[in-house]
Amino acid sequence: MSEVLEVAISRELAEKIREHGVETYPYECCGAMLGRDLALSENAASGKKSHSIPREVLSLFPLVNRRDDSPRNRFSVTADDVRDAEKTARAQGLEVIGWYHSHPDHPARPSDYDRDHAWPWYSYVIVSVATGVPQDMTSWRLKDDRSGFLEEKIAPIEVSARN
Amino acid sequence: MSVKVMIPTPLRAYAGKRDSAEFSAATVGEALSGLTSQFQELRKHLYTEDGKLRAFVNVYLNDEDIRYLAKENTPTKDGDTISIIPSIAGGSFAR
Repeated sequence: MSEVLEVAISRELAEKIREHGVETYPYECCGAMLGRDLALSENAASGKKSHSIPREVLSLFPLVNRRDDSPRNRFSVTADDVRDAEKTARAQGLEVIGWYHSHPDHPARPSDYDRDHAWPWYSYVIVSVATGVPQDMTSWRLKDDRSGFLEEKIAPIEVSARN
Repeated sequence: MSVKVMIPTPLRAYAGKRDSAEFSAATVGEALSGLTSQFQELRKHLYTEDGKLRAFVNVYLNDEDIRYLAKENTPTKDGDTISIIPSIAGGSFAR
């Protein structure tokens, strides 16, 4: 795994994640984050190192939370949804590099349940939504030994230098 | 007989960045065992400590979910493709 734990997300896409969390409140929202990971794409042997952003989110793929039994504190994405997200990513020349979800009326920190169900390598973005208002947004990666998460920095990238 | 195993993106870092690997195997379980023997770091992400496939690990044999076949005992034939597809779950603190 890369030593630099950082994921770049434009302010516009970060805002869309917050909006999704507000839209589904008091239920959890979820979606895929499509983008590029430099360490993974280096293996494509293009030899190109055009930029040094280790991992960046370039597009979102919002999903429907499949947990209708306890949608306030759980979310679920089926294997078919994952395949759809991967297909959409490939069509854009991207990869699924992570997943976002909201924690309604709970802090933006991963729970034990998040850890038990997490995959390594992916970035897991959590947005806290308190009484319908978006709060903190954090990002996490599962440790190699599955004992917990490491927080990664969310680096805002400006789509436009203006405004 | 040779069976191809497709490795999902989040596990490629533990498999020399490869997206697939081929194994000689008569069942799905043998192919997965080949995978986790060659890339031992993968094992804990696919299996629980008592050796069962984790609930969010979905295994398909040529597009058929092995849960609806004979699970890991599903026989394979030459040229088959096994795909490991994640499902994703999480949520806030238990209530």
